[in-house]
This record gives sequence, structure tokens and C-alpha cells, in this order.
Amino acid sequence: MNKKWKSILFSLLVRIILIFSSALVILPLLWNIITSFKSNTEIMENPWTLPKVLHFENYVNAVVKANMGAYAGNSILITLFSLLILVFISVCSSYALARFHFKLRKPIKNFFMSGIFIQPVYIMIPLFLLMTKLQMNDNRGWISVVYAVTMLPFSIFLLYGFFKSIPTDYEDAAMIDGCGYMRTMFSIVTPLARPGMIFGFFAFWNEYPLALVLLNTDSKKTLPIGLQNLMEVQKYATDWGALFAGLVILLVPTLVIYSLCQKQLTQGMQVGGIKG
Amino acid sequence: MNQEKRKNWFLTFLLLPSLFLFIIFTAYPTIRIFLTSLFLDTGIGGEAKFVGIKNYIKMFHDPVFYTALKNTLFLVIVVAPISLLLALFFAAVLTTGKFKERNFYRTVLFFPSILSLVSVGILWSFIFNPTMGILTAIFGPNAPAVLGSKKTVMWAIAIVMIWQAAGYYMVMYIASIDNISKDVYEAADLDGANGWQKFWNITLPQLKDILSATIIYVINGTLTISFSIVNVMTDGGPNRASEVLTTYMYKQAMNANFGYGMAIAVFVFTCSIIMSVISNKLIYREESTDE
Repeated sequence: MNKKWKSILFSLLVRIILIFSSALVILPLLWNIITSFKSNTEIMENPWTLPKVLHFENYVNAVVKANMGAYAGNSILITLFSLLILVFISVCSSYALARFHFKLRKPIKNFFMSGIFIQPVYIMIPLFLLMTKLQMNDNRGWISVVYAVTMLPFSIFLLYGFFKSIPTDYEDAAMIDGCGYMRTMFSIVTPLARPGMIFGFFAFWNEYPLALVLLNTDSKKTLPIGLQNLMEVQKYATDWGALFAGLVILLVPTLVIYSLCQKQLTQGMQVGGIKG
Repeated sequence: MNQEKRKNWFLTFLLLPSLFLFIIFTAYPTIRIFLTSLFLDTGIGGEAKFVGIKNYIKMFHDPVFYTALKNTLFLVIVVAPISLLLALFFAAVLTTGKFKERNFYRTVLFFPSILSLVSVGILWSFIFNPTMGILTAIFGPNAPAVLGSKKTVMWAIAIVMIWQAAGYYMVMYIASIDNISKDVYEAADLDGANGWQKFWNITLPQLKDILSATIIYVINGTLTISFSIVNVMTDGGPNRASEVLTTYMYKQAMNANFGYGMAIAVFVFTCSIIMSVISNKLIYREESTDE
């Protein structure tokens, strides 16, 4: 009996800790969402009161006046373009490394893998100098290429593992059926590339240090940079509502992708799980 | 065209674009960190002048460098162990399977790690804001200006970084614990082992490899994530009290002290490389045996 009580008490204690920790995650985000619908005077009052009317104009102000619409457009454009490049180059190279035997296989693989710990923060300045010299700076296309390359080693690492884990019978069958190398590769690859793409989405959508140095013109900036600028401006101008609305705009796609793809994301982490 | 030749063309086609891009946008910039650190490089227009190790000598005589180093070490010492211990605790209690709602906790606790660091930084600056944030609601009008005080600013940043990171490592641990064979636990149950004994004698030894790997990840993560969090939340202030190595590197470089900035980068980068080499040894040890 005593032992049973102890175990019940322990479970209760653990549950309280878990609920408390979850609240620590949820409450700040909830506060953010509630605040994004408040008027400026309401924001300065008690943080836990609900707004009397929903101030949707915060979102209009964020999108129109504070340029969040343009920033969001840039973020979407750059994220999609980076993903496209990433999928193409990482699928091609990991397929070659995992499925073929050739002399340079191991050195090339090690070369890519050595990049796994080279974080964008370390190379942001040399990249800035290089891109300026090549006049590729302040260009949404080129920053997408750079983004894709920063995720390349990790994607190769993930995909290489997947390729190694599936038997070659399937491809042999495809080859016998008369599929060329290209078609064989893409037929088995497409479903496998998804976890890497989800990692890529979060990395590109949220990317900060490289966007900070590689994009100068305001109309080309991404959401994280735009929001940081807005925060600097709001220190003096105080349209807090628009800033909180901007934060929600940045948050929503993350939330949607997360709720749709949680399984693939954790699957990817089981294989590798290295992220800056 | 014969089979062998076709294969070689195909391989070249597959590997050449990614190799080319990787060399230009990762390998070359990495080498440039080291090269530039040996020059007095003040900008894109002017000619860089070779100065040898002068930037490094300057660095080791720079009091701000030591402040940044101290703050970075503080974050590593505080954020790394607390994040990992919390992650291990959550993973352990969530995998015992006693809680029906455990998927809810896992989903929620992981969420901060996929948020943009900029929004995490902005959100928490407002939470710590003494006139409008959640702290005001708790402490009233005399709420402390946490980010404005030299004494508290680093702790505030550490809290934000733990909030951001713990769930990520929790999921990694959960994945590894799920891979441990259930038979071992059943055998332990028959022997009458309690939950704590099972965790200590079965789970923990099985997690040895992932534990060492995550220690490296979390230290590397702290070095790089601190850049975004500090830059957004405090910009190194008040009066350099929250400057970290990566933000100081960025500031020096943006002040057209590229050489000096890169000397600081070499310092941080070398520290992280040393740890990465250790972790690479740990991760690839199994894989290399089948090569």
C-alpha cells in the first residue's frame, strides 16, 4: 500500500511539472496571439485581459504600413526556391554516393560531411565579402542558392542514410523495366526526400544571420529581418499591435507545417538530428 | 555508349553541381575566415595588408573580447547542462508510458525549437519588458528591468535559450529510448526493479553515445544561437554586458575591421571544430565499420 501511494504521488508530481513546463511554452505564445488583437492602450494594461474588440487593423497595419506583406512574399519566394535547389542537389549527390562505387566516393562524402558543423554564423562575413565581390549581394535568387548549400551536408547525411536503408532490388527491377538512371533515381527518391525538406523549410523560413548580411534593400528583405527592423522602429513609434501581428504572421506557417509533418520531422531527427 | 561510360557521365552530372556550389559557398568562405584573420582588411575597396598574427595579439589584449568570452562561457556552462538535464528528464518520464496525454507534452515542449530565433528573441524582450510585459503583471509597477541590468541580462538570455533548446534534445532522447529493446525492461520488471533503477541501470547506459553527441550539439548550438538571440534582444547591451563572441565578431566586421572580426571567428570556430571532431568520431564510429 505504501509503495502504491508513493508511486501515485510521484506520478502526480511529475504531471504537475509537465503541465507547468507546457504552460511555460504555451502562455508566451498565447499572450503573443492575444496581444496581436489589442489596441495600443490595451497592450499597456494587464496582459491577461482579452481585447474588447478584435483589432484586425493591427494585421492590416502590419501588412500594408509595416511592409510585412512584402517581407512575407520574399520569405515564401526564397524558402521555396531554396527548397527546390536543395532537393535537386542533395538528392543527386547522395544518390551517387550511396548507390555507386567509384574511386572518389569516400573522399567526396567526407568532404560534404565536414560541412555539417560549419554554421552560417561562422561564414556569414566571408560570404558577405565574396557575394559583394561577385555582385551577387542583395539578390533573392543567389541568397536562395546560399541557403540551399548551407543545408546540403545535413540533407546528404539524411538521404544517404535512407538510401542505404532500402534494398537495391527495387532499382534493379526498375532498371530491367527499362527506366534510365534518372527515372530510377527520382522514382525511389521523391517520398524519401520529405524529412530533409521539412528541416529545410524551418531552416530557410527562420534564417536570420545570412539574411542580415546578404540583403540590403528593404523591399528584398525577409520576415525575420523585417520584424527585427520593425522592433527597432517601434521602440520610438510604438505601434505594438502591428509588431505582435507581424510575429503571428511569422509563426503561423511554422505552426501549420509542424502540425502536418511532425512525424517526418522526428523521423529525420532519429536518423541524424543536427541543427544549428 | 557503353555501360561504364554512361555511368561515369551520370555520376559527374550528379555530383558536379553540388560539389561546385559547396566549394564556392561553404569551403571557400571557411578558408577565407582563416586567411582574412591574417590581414588588416578594412573594406571591399581598399587593399588588404598582411599583418601576420597581429589581429590575434590585439584580440588577447582586448578587454571587450574577454567580456564576450566570459559571457559565452557563462551561456555554455548554464544553458548546456540545464537544457540537457531537462530534456533527459522529460524524455524519461514521457517514455515510461504512464501518461495518456504524453504526445501533447512532447508536441508542445518541442515547439520552441522550430520557432524563428528572431521571434523568440522579440517575444521574450516583451515578456521581460518592465512596463508592458508579463513580468509587470506579476511584480506590479516595480518590475525589474531584467534586460537593462548588467546583473540579470545574461541570466535572462540563458533562460530564453533553455526555453528554446530543451524540447529539441528531448525529442532526440525519446527517439533513442524508443529504440531500446522492450525485453530488457520486461526482464527488469520480473526482477522487481523500480522506475528509477530501470532508468539508472538500463536507459542511461544505452544512451551513452547519444548523450555524448548531444553534449557537443548543445555547446555548438549555444555558440551560434547566442548570436541571433543576443543581437535581437539586447544588441550586446547594456554597455557590452551581454556581448558574446559571435556578436562581437559581427560588430567588428561590420565596422570594417574584417581582419580582426575574422580572428575572433577563428577562435570561436576552432573551439567548435575541436568539439565537432570529437562528436564526428562518436557518430560515425558505427557506420565506418561497414565501409
